[in-house]
Amino acid sequence: MQFGIFSVSDITRDPVSGETPTEAERIDAIVQIARKADEVGLDVFAIGEHHNPPFFSSSPTTLLAHIAALTERIILTTATTLITTNDPVRIAEEYAMLQHLSKGRMDLMLGRGNTAPVYPWFGQDLRQGLPLALEHYNLLHRLWREDVVDWEGEFRTPLQGFTSTPRPLDDVPPFVWHGSIRTPEIAEQAAFYGNGFFANHIFWPTQHSLRLIEFYRQRFEHYGHGTKKQAVVGLGGHVYIAKRSQDAVKEFRPYFDEAPVYGHGPSLEDFSQMTPLTVGSPQEVIDKTLTFHDTFGDYQRQLFLMDHAGLPLKTVLNQLDLLGEEVVPVLRKELDSRRDADSADAPTHAGLVKAKYGDGPARQPKPNANRGDNTSGPTPYQDTEQDAEE
Amino acid sequence: MSEREFRLVVVSGGTSDPSSTRMLADRIAGRVAELARGRDERVSVDVIDLRELATEITTAIVSQLMGPKLTRAVELLGGADGVVASAPVYKAAPSGLFSSFFHVLDNDLLIAKPVVLAATAGTARHALVVDEQMRSLFAYLRTMTVPTSVFASSEDWRDKDLGRRVDRAAIELLLLMESGFADQIRTESWKSYQHEYGSAGGTELDIDLSTDLMRLAAGGSAAPPGEE
Repeated sequence: MQFGIFSVSDITRDPVSGETPTEAERIDAIVQIARKADEVGLDVFAIGEHHNPPFFSSSPTTLLAHIAALTERIILTTATTLITTNDPVRIAEEYAMLQHLSKGRMDLMLGRGNTAPVYPWFGQDLRQGLPLALEHYNLLHRLWREDVVDWEGEFRTPLQGFTSTPRPLDDVPPFVWHGSIRTPEIAEQAAFYGNGFFANHIFWPTQHSLRLIEFYRQRFEHYGHGTKKQAVVGLGGHVYIAKRSQDAVKEFRPYFDEAPVYGHGPSLEDFSQMTPLTVGSPQEVIDKTLTFHDTFGDYQRQLFLMDHAGLPLKTVLNQLDLLGEEVVPVLRKELDSRRDADSADAPTHAGLVKAKYGDGPARQPKPNANRGDNTSGPTPYQDTEQDAEE
Repeated sequence: MSEREFRLVVVSGGTSDPSSTRMLADRIAGRVAELARGRDERVSVDVIDLRELATEITTAIVSQLMGPKLTRAVELLGGADGVVASAPVYKAAPSGLFSSFFHVLDNDLLIAKPVVLAATAGTARHALVVDEQMRSLFAYLRTMTVPTSVFASSEDWRDKDLGRRVDRAAIELLLLMESGFADQIRTESWKSYQHEYGSAGGTELDIDLSTDLMRLAAGGSAAPPGEE
């Protein structure tokens, strides 16, 4: 079981101080937040992707590569990478590069994005969002698994003899999560490929997320990747922690009341009752998080939203201390004791390498010499078999 | 044979107490129940007074979160055999509270259900609000609105014709409920309407695995059939 945090990358006015951080300050802060998450023993740091103010994270791989260089063990990932408006070829290249630089300490989560103008800005059509996402992933999946790809689809210019470089680290593609809250086709795609499925699990009652996760588990088994229990499930969540419950509520309320998306809407009390949000003591956060396990059974990744709505850096770092020291160790122990031995392990690069090669050596592709034509031909790597007919 | 029972749900956008909007809706619902008794049928009536849901409706608009009262209203409407929807007219339109309530419902909740549309106003000059504005909203929601609209301005409350229109709308609604039209659509033609997963008050959970998109999800092609 992995625990971590995910950030939307919003730059929001602090409603208590009245100050809005600059882009430079907020970008600097996110690096400190990620380093702190690593220090306090969290397993995962995830960043979103946006292409409009007031968000800063337009280039997640640049940020994550920088963080990778500054951290020791935390897995770096996205929440989410836009599979619709990004070219899947660029995703294949950039994330393979990140995988090498982070020594495999990364994966990624794919999402469609819900900001309508982003589609036309990147030359895409929002009305085709779902088929676009599905086709793009089908291509991405092949680019990381086949050295040379011939491909033709509806949405991207065709490829003939294309090799995405660098090849994935150890020739093991990054683990992929598909994020969705209400789209059965996305759950189906995650199941078909045996990838992970992530439910944002922030704005709606827990039960709302259960139905798609159940569908994903059934289809995962249907496609022969293992039993329903072995499907790989991740959940979002949303906490604000203080030693004393009443302090948590008092400190967080002004941020809640003016938060983007739900601010000026439900009361903190109603939202806490109806959704996974917990504002309270470490014990309250532990108790609420354990109810997720009651609902969903064993799952592999729990991400918490922590740094949004204008919360100052100092507060976020303090939250991470409490999460890492007082909440996660207890959750780990409790969930380990509940865990079924047959459930899937949380995905790591080491685990994927082991699954592919056992104790044998991993493939390390070495390209053939440059022939002067700047294309690599049908056998770009020294260990690539020459086709018999050629 | 036991008597047939119908569940009628009244949605009233009236905000005062007593409210003429609620009174008009109650008259229609009462008349439906009375007509049913004369035909050995029974009509149970539940009332959703939107005034009590006002903060949950605005919360749902800004955050997509459905509070407990709104959730209960969705349950009632999902189980309704017929609906009386009654709005006060403000500024030449059905009130924002009334419209907002129907805006936050999912599009599939009321498919094919028979609905009487009613409105109250301070002046007869608002009379066409029901037909020109409310009817299009309920067409979007794919309801079966009855032919007679019931509009009451202040002076109508002393006019026998209002009672006649109430009677007419009531029998129209009852006949449509008796016909079982909405149930039959549900059993025979439900799939032919566009749905969103989890809609119809959370009951629309069927997943069709044989669609083009599902084939694409499972590694297939997005090309139209025949072009592959």
